[in-house]
Amino acid sequence: MENEQSFSDICGGRLALQRRYYSPSCREFCLSSPRLSLRSLTVVTSTVWLAAYGLFTVCENSVVLSAAIFITLLGLLGYLHFVKIDQETLLIIDSLGIQMTSSYASGKESTTFIEMDKVKDVIINEAIYMQKVIYYLCILLKDPVEPHEISQVVPVFQSAKPRLDCLIEVYRSCQEILAHQKAPSTSPQAHQKAPSTSPSIQKASIVSRGK
Amino acid sequence: MVLKAFFPTCCAAADSGLLVGRWVPEQSSAVVLAVVHFPFIPSQVKEFLAQVQQTSQVGVAVLGTWCHRRQEPEDNLGHFLEGLSAIFSHEPWLQLCREKGSTFWSCKATRWQGSTSPGAPSEDQVMIVFYDQRKVLLSQLHPPAILPDQETGDAAAGAVGLAAVFHTVARSEVLFRSDRFDEGPVRLSHWQSDGVEASILVELAKWASGPICLLLASLLSLVSAVSACWLFKLWPLPFIWSKLSTCEQLRYRLEQLTLIFSPQKAENPSQRMRKANMCVSVLLDVALGLTLLSWLHGKGRIEQLADALVPVADRVAEELQHLLQWLMGAPAGLKMNRALDQVLGRFFLYHIHLWISYIHLMSPFIERIVWHVGLSACLGLTVSLSILSDIIALLTFHIYCFYVYGARLYCLKICGLSSLWRLFRGKKWNVLRQRVDSCSYDLDQLFIGTLLFTILVFLLPTTALYYLVFTLLRLLVITVQGLIHLLVDLINSLPLYALGLRLCRPYRLAAGVKFRVLEQEAGRPLRLLMQINPLSYGRVVHTYRLPRYGCHPTHSWGSLCRKLFFGELIYPWRQREDKQD
Repeated sequence: MENEQSFSDICGGRLALQRRYYSPSCREFCLSSPRLSLRSLTVVTSTVWLAAYGLFTVCENSVVLSAAIFITLLGLLGYLHFVKIDQETLLIIDSLGIQMTSSYASGKESTTFIEMDKVKDVIINEAIYMQKVIYYLCILLKDPVEPHEISQVVPVFQSAKPRLDCLIEVYRSCQEILAHQKAPSTSPQAHQKAPSTSPSIQKASIVSRGK
Repeated sequence: MVLKAFFPTCCAAADSGLLVGRWVPEQSSAVVLAVVHFPFIPSQVKEFLAQVQQTSQVGVAVLGTWCHRRQEPEDNLGHFLEGLSAIFSHEPWLQLCREKGSTFWSCKATRWQGSTSPGAPSEDQVMIVFYDQRKVLLSQLHPPAILPDQETGDAAAGAVGLAAVFHTVARSEVLFRSDRFDEGPVRLSHWQSDGVEASILVELAKWASGPICLLLASLLSLVSAVSACWLFKLWPLPFIWSKLSTCEQLRYRLEQLTLIFSPQKAENPSQRMRKANMCVSVLLDVALGLTLLSWLHGKGRIEQLADALVPVADRVAEELQHLLQWLMGAPAGLKMNRALDQVLGRFFLYHIHLWISYIHLMSPFIERIVWHVGLSACLGLTVSLSILSDIIALLTFHIYCFYVYGARLYCLKICGLSSLWRLFRGKKWNVLRQRVDSCSYDLDQLFIGTLLFTILVFLLPTTALYYLVFTLLRLLVITVQGLIHLLVDLINSLPLYALGLRLCRPYRLAAGVKFRVLEQEAGRPLRLLMQINPLSYGRVVHTYRLPRYGCHPTHSWGSLCRKLFFGELIYPWRQREDKQD
């Protein structure tokens, strides 16, 4: 079952959330950012080349021009391959784990998979990012030594940074799947997160590091 | 929990039969290792599995049935397969079925025990996860799931999570040795069932490596015995060896070669990787060295180099003389103390004169020396670079001497100044209590102390200037030597074999796994493809970096500035061994 909806990120840009429900125990959320616009690319390239031409008229050395072309090309390739994330996907499979994939503009994909044994919970947390306070979805990992302690907080959708309405949708779906995992277990969990109409938002006691 | 069936992709096209593998109850997952085909005798299958279990310490059992319907649906085969669950009892009993021409599979897992209604089986929800058996067998997880000292006994129970799948497949190699051309009682289908692959070259290399390793190991032990001879321990030879970086590099390479050619086999994968990395690093080094050698010996470059060396040393000495003349005048408009200036300047000029004469004495032999040093490139590029660094150190020995003189003079002056400053204020340093105490001085002590203090203060700019100039020169030389050492370190410690493996066979170095959801149909079990997530290049370098012999500065910027201010000598190349002694 597929579903596409449009949301906005914290800066007001357009985001598209695509939901795929493969089975009752497997769901995928795909958040797509807008692609690299031709306008911004033209602006940056013209600025760099105008500056290089200005430098050329001053020092009369044509190496400056070829260096500027080289730098522009390398910079663009580096930006597309290492910086610009087009799509972020969250795949949650009951009793297997949670997988996060980031696809870059050049086609590179970087994947992280967290096994279900290590996942304590999925929550929406608040953080201070530059001059704003934003909400972000994160996965809490269990400490291997102390099962009731949290060892790590893994934020999700770090580059897309969607707003709370989008996060609530994803949060509700994830909690439905995590509930299957917690229901048959006999030992009581420290934080029981039943799917509720208003998500429990935990106040952040940590200052976010930004990206 | 949802039951996960890990199914190898190579068995997806196999004929109907029994599923053989390991059941992990903690994660409710069934790892299928092979398919046993008809016809078979159940008792022989059980015997075979018991043998495999004993050899590999993995709990291999019959997990269920696999049905691949190629022609029209055969009902009698279905009934026959169901009857097998009575012979090979296993909880839960898996039944995988694939229709002809359909990509979707059907799967059932039945449990007899623990079901709500007795007499009727309960069915679990099943998820099929496909995996590439060969890649999972050959890959290593980072960090390793099982520590090497836990390998004995039923260590298969030690791996948690998906690492259990990797561990199961890796330990079941004995199951994959029989292929379909064998005449054994049991016919299996797995990734090697089309025949075990091997390469003639690899087998020959393995056979030849034994005697070659023994020969080279004995040669290397001879070389190290000679170098440990008592003749080389006579003073001042050990002092010279410790100062030359070439000797350190040669010793390091000797250690590495001894390790590579040692007759013992490597026990665990990390030792194997280290040996391979060292081997590739040595080979690259020698290849680069031979390239350099061929470049040097062609077109008479040795003569050019030798002819250029003496004029360069002359030029450096001339520049130093100009510098000293400048300092003896009014450098940068500062007014120096004439007498001290002249003394120091003449002292240093005489040194330079001695140095120039020494260089001119050596000049007929320079070409021979350079030729022989060039030959050392066949031992490796790192050795040549170390020799270059040593030659630079030798050629700039006079700068080092000047730096030491200037630093000692300046240090003495600072000590004197600080002590006399305390006297000026009426205090003194208490050596017993390690602190500054007040003290009553006599009048003549105060008088002389103040006089000396004044003299030292007024002579301070001159000394400080000489110290500054020579320290800057010395730092310049150290920077150049440091860059060369950095390059040598890079060649020594970069794990090239691991990087090549990551480039060409990324599945060998695994950071984890990743899943891809395959085509779905409602009502059918979920199908996933498990792939290996390779390690990133940064992590590869970090994990497999070879140990260096630690030739880098041991102090931080703060302590360096402090030492420079107080005139203490800087020794940048303190070896790690000295620190531990």
